[in-house]
Amino acid sequence: MTTAIAVNDLFVSYNGNEALRNVTFAVEEGNLVGIIGPNGAGKSTLLKVLLNLIKKDTGKVEILGKSIKEMKTKVAYVPQRSNIDWDFPITVMDTVLIGTYPNLGIFKRPKKEHKDWALECLKKVGMADFGNRQIGELSGGQQQRVFLARALAQKPEMYFLDEPFVGVDVTSEEKIISILKELRDSGKTVVVVHHDLSKASDYFNELILLNKELIEHGIVEKVFQPAVLNKAYTNQFSPILGTEVTS
Amino acid sequence: MMNFIDALIQYEFLQKALLTSMMVGVICGVIGCFIILRGMALMGDAISHAVLPGVALSYMLGINFFIGAVFTGILTAIGIGYISQNSRIKNDVSIGIMFTAAFASGIILITFMKSSTDLYHILFGNVLAVRPTEMWSTLAIGIFVLISIFIFYKELLVSSFDPTMAAAYGLPTKAIHYFLMALLTLVTVASLQTVGIILVVAMLITPASTAYLLTDRLWVMIYLSAGIGILSSILGLYFSYTYNLASGATIVLAATVLFILAFLFSPKQGLVWRSLKSARKREMHSQS
Repeated sequence: MTTAIAVNDLFVSYNGNEALRNVTFAVEEGNLVGIIGPNGAGKSTLLKVLLNLIKKDTGKVEILGKSIKEMKTKVAYVPQRSNIDWDFPITVMDTVLIGTYPNLGIFKRPKKEHKDWALECLKKVGMADFGNRQIGELSGGQQQRVFLARALAQKPEMYFLDEPFVGVDVTSEEKIISILKELRDSGKTVVVVHHDLSKASDYFNELILLNKELIEHGIVEKVFQPAVLNKAYTNQFSPILGTEVTS
Repeated sequence: MMNFIDALIQYEFLQKALLTSMMVGVICGVIGCFIILRGMALMGDAISHAVLPGVALSYMLGINFFIGAVFTGILTAIGIGYISQNSRIKNDVSIGIMFTAAFASGIILITFMKSSTDLYHILFGNVLAVRPTEMWSTLAIGIFVLISIFIFYKELLVSSFDPTMAAAYGLPTKAIHYFLMALLTLVTVASLQTVGIILVVAMLITPASTAYLLTDRLWVMIYLSAGIGILSSILGLYFSYTYNLASGATIVLAATVLFILAFLFSPKQGLVWRSLKSARKREMHSQS
């Protein structure tokens, strides 16, 4: 197995305020990884660093042994639903087709083969019948599935998802997680920013626990322990784990 | 109406006016789609005003006024971005500060020039006095803008719809922003004769908004917006010529009327159908 993500001595700050300090970890290929931690722990910041969207102060980040810049088209990103303008004049099909853009290069237009592939990806998430709908007409779960289809259309080596289960119905959530597990089993690396601890141990096989710094990283059985979680969630009221953490 | 058509056949100045304003309708309509989808309507207003000092400077230096206009337009856009990114000042406030400053300097510069009628024409346009050179430069700008949008359609679409993904896969989103600002200044200058600086923002956002209410596909929206821009120009020029009114004002009001029609009667978004539908639903529930 090769190393999918290698982060070394990472420091990130916004206007002098430290967001992440001294983060070091490595994720092997073929894992489904959850990034968890309290609000403001730097979960989305870490994701943005991995996508090369924000500057790091110091440290080294490598994707499949190469710099992020070299790998940028090999990494697919599923944004938080709240970051999308759902009134944008675009259909479901055209949204998925955008997934083929990174590999098309500038000046080139998607052709029939790309459209067929986009439809294939829509089928995979169970949304093939909705191709002509405007994206705002879908439910939250359907919207999230469409954006997963867009990520699939990119044929990436790695998937980054930011809070994909917020405002999503149970059926869609199950569908999405089963596809993510399928991707993992086929050797892809999937990283998910996740805030709902109740399902974390069912969904992921590896966890990164953050609170400005790396609290713990490893297989679920190692990280998902009351004593470990407590280190990140001290002084936080956690209704889900409340009793377990204090006991 | 027949009078207008007769006059159109007879007078060359009217033909030039019609062609120029139709071209302005197309390019404003096309670029306007991206302006409203990126939430930059206010920015469009700002850049169009910021063109004034550039035009004045170009007159004074005796250079082509597109150069000066693009220069001050882009400078203002950079200034707006710099202030809002490097202080707690919000973007809309930053826009307000910078474009009024640019506009005020423009007014001062113009008073140094020979006559105040120039200022009046730059501010409000006078399409019936359009000269052949201006018509040709409008055509040249129009072709350049349309080709640019055609070539970069894919990149403009993704950076408008999902800028985070665009940046993640390596598109230079900042460069795209400033490129669009540069196109915007060109379009503004091209529209000077037709609608003038003050009203050009209407041609940028009103036809595009009308089209936005009528379709769910970006490329359809662009064609519709261009068509609505042309229609507004023809109608506006007709009223301007027939009743001797300012051309800029009549063109803008024609565009506004078309917008109101779409607002009320658009098949999917129209106010009338929407309230009819919900009334029917309510009735259904009260009967059952």
